[in-house]
Amino acid sequence: MNAADNQAGEPLNEIEELLPWHAAGTLSRRDAARVEEALARDPELARRYELVREELEGTIHLNESLGAPSARASEALFAKIAAEPRRTALPSLNLAARLSDFIAGFSPRTLAYAAGAAVLAIVVQAGVIGGVLVHEHDGTSGGFRTASAPATQAPVETGTYAMIRFAPQASAADITRFLETNKLTIAGGPMAGGMFRVRVAVTGLPKDDLARLVKQLQSDKAVDFIATIE
Amino acid sequence: MQTTSDEVLIGRIATGDRLAMQVLFARHHVRVYRFVLRLVRNEATAEDLISEVFLDVWRQAGKFEGRSQVSTWLLSIARFKALSAMRKRTDQELDDETAEAVVDNSDDPEVSLAKKDKGEVLRQCLTALSPEHREIIDLVYYHEKSVDEVAAIVGIPEATVKTRMFYARKKLAEILKQNGIDRGWP
Repeated sequence: MNAADNQAGEPLNEIEELLPWHAAGTLSRRDAARVEEALARDPELARRYELVREELEGTIHLNESLGAPSARASEALFAKIAAEPRRTALPSLNLAARLSDFIAGFSPRTLAYAAGAAVLAIVVQAGVIGGVLVHEHDGTSGGFRTASAPATQAPVETGTYAMIRFAPQASAADITRFLETNKLTIAGGPMAGGMFRVRVAVTGLPKDDLARLVKQLQSDKAVDFIATIE
Repeated sequence: MQTTSDEVLIGRIATGDRLAMQVLFARHHVRVYRFVLRLVRNEATAEDLISEVFLDVWRQAGKFEGRSQVSTWLLSIARFKALSAMRKRTDQELDDETAEAVVDNSDDPEVSLAKKDKGEVLRQCLTALSPEHREIIDLVYYHEKSVDEVAAIVGIPEATVKTRMFYARKKLAEILKQNGIDRGWP
């Protein structure tokens, strides 16, 4: 610790120490919430916070008034760089860096579409695998089936079905949780409009019970749309 | 609009991409210059130093591990260069610069206050702080560095960062009081 830090005497208030960083917006969310709470209940602390804000404004003003370096700095730098031996691309640029560079080249919209497509692919894959497993478990499978068999061609089984479209923001984990919690099985899809056919009960349900069940499923955040099938 | 991150630029600089170096320089050189200038108080020296800072970046980019922000890394290099330059100067030069920077107290405090608005007095008092206190106030308020980033740049524990900032502000309040502005704290 430096001498300048050691001229203490009075104990420092932990929250008061954080005020400069709170004013600059560089505190963690948790610390910022603590400071906000303290400011709301302590008028003297709030007054001192205003002093911090004055210092912040003055410091920014002072630094901005310092101007910028002349072109001399840039010229000197790039002259020195030009005189350096030319480097070839380093083979050590690791895969993570290249991947990061590659992803950074996409717009946020493209990345969102890609993430959506990835989620859909996972759901379809889960549906296909789930369908195959359920089919084999029921003993109705007589012969060899490839895992890549189109999910839309899953055999018709007894039970009650509904059409469902998952919310765009639902992750693969959300959808898996939703299916498991409600004991649902994807029986077909994806179809036009991103719809899937799901089995909601292994037996035929009365119309009223089915309507109640669908209404309950609709309230889940993973669901965008769900409807019964005649 | 999307901009290439500093980390990606550093990766390209490591492969010898001069355009990436130009982008990084354009993005950061003014702030690095101001940080150095506040320490060395000489424009020509500050310009020389930022050339050296970015030349180090060009040479060392392949060693950047990404454990801190690029701007934090730049300020760490800049600080080291500035302190080295300051050590080379004679004590007399430093004394002259300090004398120039200290607020002129020849006027009565009330007269002094009447001449300048409060903001101007505050800015003048900020220049009268010691290099150590100037540095921490600039890093926190102007360069928007968090406690751990300041600790990394200055090379002190995080707890010391907080207490040093506190005493820098306390010293500033004392200088303000000497110049007719009593803020009722500390």
